[in-house]
Amino acid sequence: MAQENAKMKIAQVDGVTVVVLADQKILDEVSIAKIGNDLGKLITPDGKPKIVVNFENVTNMSSSALGMLITLHKRVREAGGQLRLSNIQPTISEVFKITRLDEIFQICRDQNEAIASIGS
Amino acid sequence: MSEKKVISSDLDEARLLEEYLLEAVAKFGFGEADVFAIKLSLEEGFVNAIRHGNQNDPAKQLTVTWEIDENAATFCIADDGEGFVPEVVPDPTTAENRLRPCGRGLMLMRAYMDEVTYNDRGNEIRMVKRKNKSGTRMKNE
Repeated sequence: MAQENAKMKIAQVDGVTVVVLADQKILDEVSIAKIGNDLGKLITPDGKPKIVVNFENVTNMSSSALGMLITLHKRVREAGGQLRLSNIQPTISEVFKITRLDEIFQICRDQNEAIASIGS
Repeated sequence: MSEKKVISSDLDEARLLEEYLLEAVAKFGFGEADVFAIKLSLEEGFVNAIRHGNQNDPAKQLTVTWEIDENAATFCIADDGEGFVPEVVPDPTTAENRLRPCGRGLMLMRAYMDEVTYNDRGNEIRMVKRKNKSGTRMKNE
């Protein structure tokens, strides 16, 4: 089952919810809020969420977007789920390193690696 | 090239100005890495000025000045707020702060720009990016 909106494509792959961010620039507040809200809906009360967020189309970043991801991370963790980030371009990867958020998030090279790393 | 513009506390308006500034920077031959750094820093600077400095008050304004040439791009963003003390902003990279959803804007500006200073009152930020001729991003790589 796949869903799509202007900001992301969502699909189920091997029991994992894979979100491919479609927006090149997840910078503006409205986009960030919408993405955060849509990702939050993936965390249902009846299951332990397994989510991969694919950044292959993301070429810019902001501290607000990082904040949104941190909130998602905490919610997934509280729900007993697993979150992976994948396909992060080098310039964006540096933002995670500078902020030391690469020590918080589990970042995988690509989507397949991310899916494989999520336990059952 | 040096100019000045006054805008309202509106992120859309700030973003339009940001795009204009980035086009200007590109025209002066700044590379992709520099443009990325400037874009991120301007975004953080505008958001901080509007959200924190002007408290999202539509009646308050930002005064933006810039000077761009072949060697460097300098941006000043002044808000109408009371100002703050940059030194008291906690380090967002510590273990106790890392999971806070906010507080990284100033840190990112300092990481990506060559100079970041505030006026005494703390309501105006000045950021300088010198053109990176080596192609690498970080000033301290």
